[in-house]
Amino acid sequence: MRYIEEFRDSSQVRRILDAIEALGFTEDVNLMEICGTHTHSISKYGIRGVMPSGVRLLSGPGCPVCVTTEEEIDAIVKFARENRDVVIATFGDMIKVPGSVGSLEGVRAEGADVRVVYSPLDALKIAMKEREKEVVFCAVGFETTAPAVGATVLKAIELGVDNFSILSLHRLTPPAMRALMESSDVRIDGFICPGHVTTITGSVAYRFLAEQYRTPCVVAGFEPLDALLGIYMLLKQIKEGRADIEVEYSRVVTADGNPKAKRILERLFKVVDAGWRGFGLVPMSGLKLKEEFYLYDAEKRFYIRRVEPEDGSPECRCGDVLRGLITPEECTLFNTICTPESPRGPCMVSTEGTCAAYYRYERR
Amino acid sequence: MCLGIPALVVTIKDDEAVVDVAGARRRVSAALTEGVKEGDYVIIHAGFIIQKIDTERAEETLKMLRTIGTGP
Repeated sequence: MRYIEEFRDSSQVRRILDAIEALGFTEDVNLMEICGTHTHSISKYGIRGVMPSGVRLLSGPGCPVCVTTEEEIDAIVKFARENRDVVIATFGDMIKVPGSVGSLEGVRAEGADVRVVYSPLDALKIAMKEREKEVVFCAVGFETTAPAVGATVLKAIELGVDNFSILSLHRLTPPAMRALMESSDVRIDGFICPGHVTTITGSVAYRFLAEQYRTPCVVAGFEPLDALLGIYMLLKQIKEGRADIEVEYSRVVTADGNPKAKRILERLFKVVDAGWRGFGLVPMSGLKLKEEFYLYDAEKRFYIRRVEPEDGSPECRCGDVLRGLITPEECTLFNTICTPESPRGPCMVSTEGTCAAYYRYERR
Repeated sequence: MCLGIPALVVTIKDDEAVVDVAGARRRVSAALTEGVKEGDYVIIHAGFIIQKIDTERAEETLKMLRTIGTGP
């Protein structure tokens, strides 16, 4: 497939690594990626292991399922358990995440109607086929995914489908990056910015990081050469004392992003404060449907309310992993009682979770 | 979750497109983009085309990749 193979050409790797080495980093440098697909690529292609000794690649809050709070998971699980006549449709990663009262997969085994879909449009199709049932699409995802969900709601309106609603758990990435800069937990010297989020937002979304926090950013693609080039560009900025917003993934990322998708986001959603696992409340970081779309808002349609979590897995340090504070190996549960077969936290569940990536590719 | 896959647009009419993903045909929505045509390379995510691939920019990046560390 074009635009994949060229960016996996292993004959180029040595030279780029030499160029990174030639930048001569002797001091410690922390680079953070904010996208689960980057987490996965960096682990899968062994990029962490070939960095110069001072260069640390940290994973941030880049997995939407992972940053969803336990209260939210519990509310959905409880709702699914108590409303077996309602179809709960969601992405595959979401159903395995354990809350304090079980997972969607667990309640499905008890008889709840939980279905995995690839696209929100598939959930709409279920609603059109099974008109006697209510279908709730549990909408997780960042800026990449929210426009697709917004467009699906517009489609439901256009087609007059009145048994379809969404539970919006969408979140915005730049506010979480600001929260990371404001906390003194971990020093971040540069961000590898999320490629597909930025196809929607445009690289302009990170300007505050360069201007207010003097932190360099490079928006990178996901193939191994993309990631390596992105890291090289970021290290070069640091070496030269610059804090710019650069785009390695320029084949799909522009300064202003996707105007049509942004218009859909603005039309459908309002920006609200939202809790993130490990972070607490992050101001203006969540998306909820605007009031005028209340018929399509599952929270209003069914009065879904947050519930206080019961004692879940207090030793789980997913929250610290999501802030880049510890690596998965520093959690005592990792690869002892927490494994992909029996995950204790979402970072081990999602294929994009940092713990899952370390387990699969970097276990020592 | 933000996984996006390169695909080639085979046919497109209004908001409906058929794309080729490494040999497999898939029906996707073009409701999030403007001006996508047959023969364009695009990124698809969750059943939607989210962006067109700019082939000139792709060549520029490849050129940059191939020249790093070779110059003075």
